[in-house]
Amino acid sequence: MSESIIQMKEVNKWFGNFQVLKDINLEVKEKQKIVVCGPSGSGKSTLIRCINRLEEHQKGQIIVDGNELSEKTKDIEKIRAEVGMVFQQFNLFPHLSILDNCTLAPIWVKKTPKKKAEEFAMKQLEQVQIADQAAKFPGQLSGGQQQRAALARALCMEPKIMLFDEPTSALDPEMIKEVLDAMVNLAKAGMTMIVVTHEMGFAKEVADEVVFMDEGMIVERAKTKDFFANPKNERTKLFLSQIL
Amino acid sequence: MININILKPTSSNFQTYLYIGSALIFIGIFDVFLRSFFNINYLTFLPDSLNLFFPLIIGLVGLQMIRLEYSGNRIVDKINQNINNNSFNAGLTLIIIFLTLLVIPPALDWMILEATISGDTKEACVATEGACWTYIKVWFRRFMYGMYPNDFHWRINTAFIVLIAFAFVGYFMRGKLKNYITFYYAILYPIIAFIIINFLISGGSFGLEWVETNAWGGLSLTFIVSFFGLIFCFPLGMILALGRRSELPIIKYISIGYIEFWRGVPLITVLFMSSVMFPMFLPSDAFVDKLIRVIAAIILFEAAYVAEVIRGGLQALPRGQYDAAKSLGMGYWKMQIFVILPQALKLVIPGIANTFLALVKDTPLIFVVGLSEVVGMLQMAKTNPKWLGYAMEGYIFASILFWAICYAMSKYSQYLELKYKTER
Repeated sequence: MSESIIQMKEVNKWFGNFQVLKDINLEVKEKQKIVVCGPSGSGKSTLIRCINRLEEHQKGQIIVDGNELSEKTKDIEKIRAEVGMVFQQFNLFPHLSILDNCTLAPIWVKKTPKKKAEEFAMKQLEQVQIADQAAKFPGQLSGGQQQRAALARALCMEPKIMLFDEPTSALDPEMIKEVLDAMVNLAKAGMTMIVVTHEMGFAKEVADEVVFMDEGMIVERAKTKDFFANPKNERTKLFLSQIL
Repeated sequence: MININILKPTSSNFQTYLYIGSALIFIGIFDVFLRSFFNINYLTFLPDSLNLFFPLIIGLVGLQMIRLEYSGNRIVDKINQNINNNSFNAGLTLIIIFLTLLVIPPALDWMILEATISGDTKEACVATEGACWTYIKVWFRRFMYGMYPNDFHWRINTAFIVLIAFAFVGYFMRGKLKNYITFYYAILYPIIAFIIINFLISGGSFGLEWVETNAWGGLSLTFIVSFFGLIFCFPLGMILALGRRSELPIIKYISIGYIEFWRGVPLITVLFMSSVMFPMFLPSDAFVDKLIRVIAAIILFEAAYVAEVIRGGLQALPRGQYDAAKSLGMGYWKMQIFVILPQALKLVIPGIANTFLALVKDTPLIFVVGLSEVVGMLQMAKTNPKWLGYAMEGYIFASILFWAICYAMSKYSQYLELKYKTER
């Protein structure tokens, strides 16, 4: 495999006096799929929000696709455009139709001609099987459909990396599968993915490696098989025994 | 067993009670109606106080008799729920109905039946007790155009017609032009409006005689002041609202300072200062027209209010919207223009409408600097020695005008709310 597309070295972050990230070291290679899990409040979300600088880290180095993220980074928008993100609460733009949600950024950020952007968006919506909902507004869709629309919206920017911040946690159980299916398809297509999730089934099926976090630290990182078969850390064992 | 409370209906005898009760209520209302409209009192045989309160008493008894929960009659249920759930509310309802009946005939008499609109002098009104609409008729042009020369009124009319026509241009923009619609309304239209008003109403070129702004007045001035006030205070307020939420300290504190300053001073002093103090700070050869100074003062003042209203909308948006926009690679302005502001502005349509209505109704304050829009002209007409004593007609006229304008604006804001509603 080629060299790392994401490198985090000794990353530290504080919210006030509270340290959320402690000496995080993480490397992700191109086309790798990594699942991050851990109890709530362990800093998983903060970790991936740091990768597209929705959160700023105070110490350490984050290098995304050869660009270091810091206050000096001029074109943070350019880096963000290469890193797609899917949120727990979908965060679709409620005042725009699904299609407009998908074409807004390509048209205004990437300067794609409108027609081309719409064609590409329809393709992405077909991929997640909601092409028939394109003209509707987010408020008229079910949670699962909204999350798939959010996935399509992120993909319309043709990102190199996709970040998922608990994409299924806000969904009704019967809708989780349709979102996970879409994510599995994406993984099979060869996307680099970092997924924060509690869906261990998804992790087993898709992930190359699993990262377990607790209290702001990466406690364990292992190949998926090893992680589930023989976790080394006591904390990991406890966590797995509780959720499996 | 004897039913002791004979006023209390039960479901078995409700039909009878309903008929009797309704009849009693009807008698009560009919009595007041006769007294009020025809001055007939068929109860003179009763002692005075009983005579006066008879309709109320009989109405209360009537309402008491139809008060039954789940009567099965939909209208009766509605009445019982809303206006007849206890004796106190029933009494209030009756009193309001009676007072309305008592007020209508004299008001009708004064405003229409006994009113005069004929003639051109005060003498036409002397003979009657009613309203003197002749006064409004004679002064109508002044109320509309102020002291603007009579021969040139067509210029004001033309200017407004052209302005309205330009306002509808956006409606016909199709296809590619549609992308420029915001640009047109936010930037081009105000410039066009200024040019039209400058050349047509102010004059001074193209063979049109110069009319100084002191002569402008009446409703047309109300429109001009409100119009420029509205279209400029909105973008300024938007920028201030964004500024106040900015992460750059200088911009943030300038915005806070601006907003808190202008919200802290009364409009009337601002107007006064703009007209009296401001010219003192200018070099002696510089001249800014008084009307422009006053409009600028109103814009600066109202922008602070608009800013706070818009800020309320910005704060109501969840953080996820910012996150999503950023994660798609949008910069600050793209995020604000395409994602944040459209949603925030939609949320604050009622608040903006509120501020705009207040602005329109504040325009009469320009009276303090010697500009007379419609209420100002009213003040002048009212103190005209030939027409003393008709203030009431004037104020009613002005109220109707303002109410019509404000009601139209209010309706338009409701239409906008519906138009931009995308939630279920």
